Amino acid sequence: MIEAWREPRTRSVVIASVTLGVAVGAFGFTFGVGAISAGSSIAQACAMSLLIFTGATQFSAVTVIGAGGSPASAVSGALVLAARNGVYGLTMARRLTGPLGQRLVAAQLTIDESTAMSSAQTEPDAQRLAFWITGVTIYIFWNLGTLLGAFTGSAIDPQKYGLDAAFPAAFVAMLWPLLRDRRARLVAACGALICLVLIPFAPIGIPVLAASLAILLGVPK
Amino acid sequence: MTWALIFVLAAGTYAFKVLGLIVIGDRKLPPVLDRCLALIPVALLPALIVSGTFSVGHDLVIDARAAGVGAAVIAAWRRAPLVLVIVIGVVVTALVRAIS
Repeated sequence: MIEAWREPRTRSVVIASVTLGVAVGAFGFTFGVGAISAGSSIAQACAMSLLIFTGATQFSAVTVIGAGGSPASAVSGALVLAARNGVYGLTMARRLTGPLGQRLVAAQLTIDESTAMSSAQTEPDAQRLAFWITGVTIYIFWNLGTLLGAFTGSAIDPQKYGLDAAFPAAFVAMLWPLLRDRRARLVAACGALICLVLIPFAPIGIPVLAASLAILLGVPK
Repeated sequence: MTWALIFVLAAGTYAFKVLGLIVIGDRKLPPVLDRCLALIPVALLPALIVSGTFSVGHDLVIDARAAGVGAAVIAAWRRAPLVLVIVIGVVVTALVRAIS
C-alpha cells in the first residue's frame, strides 16, 4: 500500500477520487434532504442510497412519489434511468476480469463517476485501480451525505429554505455536460416538451416516463 | 415512499448493472441500440427538470422555483461545479420565496 502510494499515478488517482467523493457527499446530502421532504423516513432514505446507489434513479423515484405519482410510474421512470448503468457495465467489462464474486461487488459500484474516472486512465492497471478507488470512496461519501441530509431534512422545513428546488437544480447540473451536440440538444428539448404537454392530464409520473420516447431520435445515424 | 418500492428499485437497478458488466460483458451491442441508450439521461433529465420546476400536481405554475432553477441553468452554463449549481438554485428559490 505504501509502495503504491509512492507511485505518482496512484497518488493522483486517489486524490482525484477523494475530491470527487466529497463533492458527491454534498450531492448525497441533497438527496437525503429531498427524500425526507418528499415523504420518506430517514431509514428509507438511507436504504435507497445503500441498496440502489445510483443518483439519478434515486432522485427520479423520490421526485415522482413526492409529486403523488403511482409506484408503477415511479419504478418505470427510475429503471429506465438505471439502464444506463448497464451501458457503463459494458464499458467496464473488458477492464474488470476478476473472479465472479469480485465482479458482483464491482457491479454495485458501476456508476457514472467510477466509469468516468476509469475511462480517464490509459493503463489497464490504472483503469482498474481508478474504478475501485472511486467506486468505494463515492459509496462511503454518498451514504454519509444521505444520512446527514436525512437528519437535516427532518429537522427543518425544506420549503422555507428553497430545498424543493434542489432536485431540479441537481438535474440541471447533471444534464448540462451531456448537451454536447445538436442531436443531444434536440432530444433534451423533445423530452422537456413531451413532459410539459402531458403534465395537465396524464397520471403523475407518466409525463417523465413518456419523455424517454425522445431517445428514438437516436435511431437515424 | 414504501419499502416494497425501494426493494423493487434496488433489485432492478442491480439487475441492470449485472446485465451490462457480467451477462452481456464484452459483447458488442448494435450501434443503433448504443446510440439510443446513451440518450436516456438526455431525454429524461429535462423532463424531471420541467416537472420539478413548473408543476404542482396537474397544474403548470411559475413560482419561486422557476427563478431558482433559472439561476441554476446560468450557473451550469458558466461551468460552475455541480454542488455550486445546486446551492445557487436553492438559495435563489429561498430568496425569491421570502420576498414574494
